[in-house]
Amino acid sequence: MTDTMRDSPVPEVDKALENPPLGARISRKIQSSWKSVVVFLPYSWLLIFFLLPFVIVAKISVAEALIASPPFSSLLEWTDEGILTIRVVIDNFLYIFQDDLYVTTYLNSIKISSISTLLCLLIGYPIAYGIVRSPPTTKNMLLFMIILPFWTSFLLRVYAWMGLLADQGTINNLLIDLGVIETPIRMLYSEFAVYVGIVYTYLPFMILPLYANMEKLDNTLNEAAADLGAKPTSIFFTVTLPLTMPGIVAGGLLVFIPATGEFVIPDLLGGGNVLMIGRLLYNEFHANHDWPVAAAVAIALLVLLVAPMMLYQHYQAKEAEAR
Amino acid sequence: MSKGRSPFLTWMLVLGMAFLYVPMILLVIYSFNKSKLVPVWGGWSVRWYVELFQSPEVWSAVMLSLKIGVVNATFATILGSLAGLAMVRFGRFKGRTLMSGMLAAPLVMPEVITGLSLLMLFITMQDLIGWPAERGFTTITIAHITFSLAYVAVIIQSRLVGMGETLEEAAQDLGAKPFRVLTDITLPRLAPGMMAGWLLSFTLSLDDLVIASFVTGPGSNTLPILIYSRIRLGLRPDINALATIIILVVAVGVAIAGIIMMRQQRQRDLELSRVSDG
Repeated sequence: MTDTMRDSPVPEVDKALENPPLGARISRKIQSSWKSVVVFLPYSWLLIFFLLPFVIVAKISVAEALIASPPFSSLLEWTDEGILTIRVVIDNFLYIFQDDLYVTTYLNSIKISSISTLLCLLIGYPIAYGIVRSPPTTKNMLLFMIILPFWTSFLLRVYAWMGLLADQGTINNLLIDLGVIETPIRMLYSEFAVYVGIVYTYLPFMILPLYANMEKLDNTLNEAAADLGAKPTSIFFTVTLPLTMPGIVAGGLLVFIPATGEFVIPDLLGGGNVLMIGRLLYNEFHANHDWPVAAAVAIALLVLLVAPMMLYQHYQAKEAEAR
Repeated sequence: MSKGRSPFLTWMLVLGMAFLYVPMILLVIYSFNKSKLVPVWGGWSVRWYVELFQSPEVWSAVMLSLKIGVVNATFATILGSLAGLAMVRFGRFKGRTLMSGMLAAPLVMPEVITGLSLLMLFITMQDLIGWPAERGFTTITIAHITFSLAYVAVIIQSRLVGMGETLEEAAQDLGAKPFRVLTDITLPRLAPGMMAGWLLSFTLSLDDLVIASFVTGPGSNTLPILIYSRIRLGLRPDINALATIIILVVAVGVAIAGIIMMRQQRQRDLELSRVSDG
C-alpha cells in the first residue's frame, strides 16, 4: 500500500461532507495533521533532551575551567574590538592524554570490558545452546529465568556480591568453616570482584541474542556434516560457530559497550583499587567539580564507543531487514 | 533444533542458573538475620524490616521514586509509541535517519555520559531561560523519559512489524479514514506492547542510579540514590530487608503481568481465528 492511497479519502464520503458542521471540520483537520503531530512530539523531545545535551558537552569540553557558576568559560566571546570570536581550548584533551592516570584508566577500562565480554561469551554460549536444545516447556521456563533478573534492581544485584565477596562475607566464612583457608582471601575491592560483577550483571545480555540466533539454526546442516563423517568438535568449529557469529557479535557488543562506561560495579566492588573511565568521570565531576575535564573525559569515552555503537546499530538494521 | 542436551550443556545450565540466583537467595536469607553484621548469622529476626518501615527517609525516597516512575512510564509510553508508529508506518519521512539514530543511541549510551550531558543541558537552560529553577522531580523525570521512550519505541516497532498491515488495509478498503484506522484497529492491537513498554519504563526508572544522581538536586533522593549512599560504606542489614521487599514486589509483578499478557494474547488469537473462520 502506498502513501497516496492511504491519504486519499473515499469519494462518496467526501461529497457528503461538502458543507460539514464544525465538529466534522475539526475532525477532518485532525485527520490531515495527526501524522505530523505523531512525528513532531517524539522528534522534538529527542532533539532537545538527547542531541542538544551532547552539543553542550562538546562545547564545555573545549572551554576553560573557571571559578564561577557555571564553572567554565564561554565559547562565544566579545573581544575588545567588539568582534564575536569562538574560543576553543583543547587543553582539556591535552591534559587527559598527557596525564598517566587518564591514559591508564582508559586502557584499563578497555582491558576489563574486553576480558569480561570474553568471559560472558565462554559462560553464555553453552547456556544459550543448552536452552535451545531443551524441550519447549523447559525452554520457556529457562528463558523466563534468564530475563527475570532484568526486572530486579541492578544496584541490589551488585550489592548481593558485596555480601558474598567481603572479607567477612559468605564465601570466606564458608571456606574458613570448611577448613580450606585460615585467613580470609581478599576478594572485595579488587579487579577480580569487578569481573565477577560485570559477568553477573551482563550475562543475560549475552545469552539472549545468542539464543535468538541459535534458535533459527538449521539442524540438518549438523546432521549432514555428521553423516559425512565429521567429528562433533569439527562440526562445532566449522558449522555451528560460524553460523552463530551474528549472535556472538550482538551479544558481545551488548556486554562490551555498557561495561566500558560502567560506574556502579567498579565503584562498589572495585573500591579505589580499580580504575575505570566511568568512575573517573563521575568523580571528576562530583568530587573535583572540574566540568571541562569531565566533559572532555565524556567525549573521549564516546569516541571510544562510537565504532562499537555504530556496528551494533548496523547489525540491528540488518536483523530487522532479514525479518 | 531439539536434539536433546548433552550432560555438559545440562551442567552449564544448572551452574548458570545457580550463578544468577544464589546471590539473590542469600541476600534474602540474610535479611532475616538478627545480627548487625550481615554475613554473621545470629538467628532469625524481622527487626530490620521494622526499622526500615519506621524510617521516614526511606518512605520519602520510595514515594519520590514511585512518582517519577509512574509519570515517566506514562509519558515514555506515549512518546515511544508515537515514535515507533512513525518509524514503521510512515515510510520515508524527512529526518527519519536522524530519528532512528536518536532512538537507538540511548539504549547503548553509557549512563555516565547521558547523565552528565543532561545535567549540562539543565544548567545551561537555567542560565538562559531560568528553567528548570531547581533540580529534582522534574529533571529526573525528563531524563528518565528520554531513555525510556527509546525502549518503548523498540517494543512498539517490533510489535508493529509482527502485526503486519492486513487488518488496517481491510479497514481502509471498507472506507475507514487513516485516523479512524489508527484509533480503532492499530491502537487496540498495540495495547499489549504499550503495556509492556509502560512496565519496562517504570522498572528502568525505579532502577536508575547514575543518571538520577547527576540530574538530581539537594534533598531529592530517589530510592537507588538512598540505597547507594548507604551501601557505599559497606554491608547494611536494613538494605538486605529493602532488597527482599523489592525482589518480592518485582517477582509478583512480573508474574501477574505475564499471566495477564498471556491471557490477552490467547483471547485475541481466539477472536482472530473466529473472524477468519466465520
